[in-house]
Amino acid sequence: MNNPRTSGATSNWRAQLLTDTPASRNQARLGQFYRGWLQFKRNKLAVLGLLIVLLLIVVAAFAPWIATHDPYAQDLSRRLLPPGTPGNWLGTDEFGRDTFSRLVYGARITLMIVVLVAAIAAPIGLLVGTAAGYLGGWVDAVLMRLTDVFLAFPSLILALAFVAALGPGIENAIIAIALTAWPPYARIARAETITIRNSDYIAVARMQGARTARILWAYIMPLCIASLVVRVTLDMAGIILTAAGLGFLGLGAQPPMAEWGAMISAGRRYVLDQWWVATIPGIAIIVVSLAFNLLGDGLRDVLDPRKS
Amino acid sequence: MSASMGGAGALRGARRGGEFVLQVALTLLGLLAVTFFIGRVVPIDPVLAVVGDQAPRDVYEAVRAELGLDQPLWMQFWLYVQKMAVGDFGTSLVTNRPVLDDIARVFPATLELATIATIIGVVLGVPMGIAGAVYQDRWPDQLVRVIGLVGYSVPIFWLGIMGLLVFYGILGWVAGPGRLGVFFEDIVTPITGVILIDAAIAGEWEVFWNAVSHVVLPAAVLGYFSIAYIARMTRSFMLDQLSQEYVITARAKGLSEARIIWVHALKNISVQLITVIALSYARLLEGAVLTETVFAWPGLGRYLTTALLAADMNAVLGGTLVVGAVFVGLNLLSDALYKLMDPRAR
Repeated sequence: MNNPRTSGATSNWRAQLLTDTPASRNQARLGQFYRGWLQFKRNKLAVLGLLIVLLLIVVAAFAPWIATHDPYAQDLSRRLLPPGTPGNWLGTDEFGRDTFSRLVYGARITLMIVVLVAAIAAPIGLLVGTAAGYLGGWVDAVLMRLTDVFLAFPSLILALAFVAALGPGIENAIIAIALTAWPPYARIARAETITIRNSDYIAVARMQGARTARILWAYIMPLCIASLVVRVTLDMAGIILTAAGLGFLGLGAQPPMAEWGAMISAGRRYVLDQWWVATIPGIAIIVVSLAFNLLGDGLRDVLDPRKS
Repeated sequence: MSASMGGAGALRGARRGGEFVLQVALTLLGLLAVTFFIGRVVPIDPVLAVVGDQAPRDVYEAVRAELGLDQPLWMQFWLYVQKMAVGDFGTSLVTNRPVLDDIARVFPATLELATIATIIGVVLGVPMGIAGAVYQDRWPDQLVRVIGLVGYSVPIFWLGIMGLLVFYGILGWVAGPGRLGVFFEDIVTPITGVILIDAAIAGEWEVFWNAVSHVVLPAAVLGYFSIAYIARMTRSFMLDQLSQEYVITARAKGLSEARIIWVHALKNISVQLITVIALSYARLLEGAVLTETVFAWPGLGRYLTTALLAADMNAVLGGTLVVGAVFVGLNLLSDALYKLMDPRAR
C-alpha cells in the first residue's frame, strides 16, 4: 500500500499533498499538515503517546460498554480482592467495587478535567498575552505584572487556596486549576505577538482600517496557536497530576466518584496489606501523563522546531 | 574624572536599588491582592464561612462588621494590607492561636525536608546531567531522559505511598510516617526547630539517628523530583558548553577531558545552575504539601491541608502568602546571585 509504484491512487493523493505548487489554499494547508504528520510519525515514542491518548478517549467514550461492572455497585462480601480474581481481574476496593470498571469510568473524569482546563486557561492566556503584546504601554505593564503575580505562587498551592474559597468538588477543582494554568500561556502569546506585531501584513491590515480586535483575532492569534498547542499538551501531564493531587487531598472529586487520585487516597489505608488498591490507579495516572508528555515532545519537534 | 565617574556609578546603583525595592514591594502587594481576592471576593459570602448558615441575624451583622465587610472594597483591601504589614494573619480556627505563630512552629520541619531533598537533588542530579551531556545518546543519556520523563509523570504522593510500602512495610529499612518515634519525642529542646541540628547540638545521638531514619524516605521521594529537574537542566547547559570553541581550544592544548568538563565547563554553567537549584528548591515547597500528607510530616504543607479540610481560611491564606513570599524571595535571591557571579549581567 505504501509503495507509490504499486498503487496509482495512493501515489496520486500523496503527490498532490507533497507538491511544491499547490493549486488552492486548502491544498497547501493539507499538504503542510501531511508533512508535519510524516515528521511526527518518525518519532516512535510520540506515536506511542498519541496511541495511548487515543485509547484514553475511546475508553472514556465507550466506558459503559468496556466496564465489566457498575463502578458504583458495592458488594461487601467481595471487598479488597487481589488482581486476577475471576470476575474482577484487577481486584476490588474497600467497598467491593470493581477496580477495572472504576478505572474505566475514571478515564472520563481525567479527560474531562484536562479538556475543560485547557478550554478555559488557553483562551484566557491567549487574550491576555496578545493584548499585552500588541497594545504595549500601560496595558502591557498592568497585564504582565498580573501574570507575574500569579506565577509567584506554586500552582498547586494557589489551586488549594482557590478550592478552599470555592469549596471542594470537581467543578471547583477544574476552575482552580484553570485559574493557575493561564499565566505561562499569556507569556508565550505575548512573546509571539511582539515578534510579529511590526510585520508588513499587520501594517497593511491596519491601513485597510481593521479594528484592533479584528487584528488580534484574525491576524495575530492564529500565529500563536502552534506554540500554544505545544505548551498546553506538555502541560496536560501537570494538569492531570495537580487534579489527582487535589483528589488525593479530598478537595477534588468527591466520593463515590471514580477519580484516580481519590482512589489512591482511599487505598492508602490498606496499602501495607492490600497493596494493589492504591497501586493500580497510580499506574493509570503514570501511563496517561507519560503519554501526554511523549505526545507533547513530539508535537514540539514538529510545530516549534526552535525550542527542541 | 574618576570622582565624577564614581558619583555616576553610585547614582546608578542607587537608582537600581530603588527600582529593586519598588519591584519587591509591588510583587508583595500583588501577592496580598491575590490572597485578598481569594479570601473576600471568591466566596459568595465570607460571613457564612465564619458563622455558618444557622446564625441569627444580629450575630451575622456583628461578624460582618467585625470583618469590615460593610466597608467599600478598596477600604477593606487597605485594612487588610495594614494588618498583614504588621504580621497579623488572624487566628487559626483549628489551633486557636495566631496563624503566624503556627507557621513559625511548623516551617522548620518543611525547611528540613526541602533542604535535604535539594542536597540529594544537587549531589546526584548534577553529575547525572553532566554524564548525560558527555555521553550524549548513549546509555547514561537515556537514563537521564527516562528519570526526567518519569519525574514529570509520576504523582508524588503515589511514589511516597509506594516507598512506604516497599522500604517500611516490606523491607523495614526505614521508620514509618512522622518525624520521630513516640519514645524519642520531647527529649530534645527545640533551638532551631530542625530536629537533626537540635539533636546534634544536644548530643542526643539516638534521637538523631531516629530522626534520620524518619527523614530519609520523604526526602528521597522529594529529592527524586529534584534530581529529575536538575539533571535535565544540567544536561542541556552542559551540551551548550561542550560545543563552544574554548572547549576545542582546551582539547587542542592537551588538557584532560575530566579537567575540561569539571573545571572549565562546570565553572561556566555554575551561574545557570544556581538559578535552577533555587527554582527546584521553591518547587519542593509545592511537592512538600502532598509528601507531608503521605508521611504525616508536621510541616507547613500538612498545616495547610489540615486547615483546608477544616475550612480555616485565615490559616490557608496565611500559609499561601508565606509560600508565595518564599517563592518570590528565592527567585530574587537567584537573580541577585546571578548578577553577583556573572559580570556580564551586572
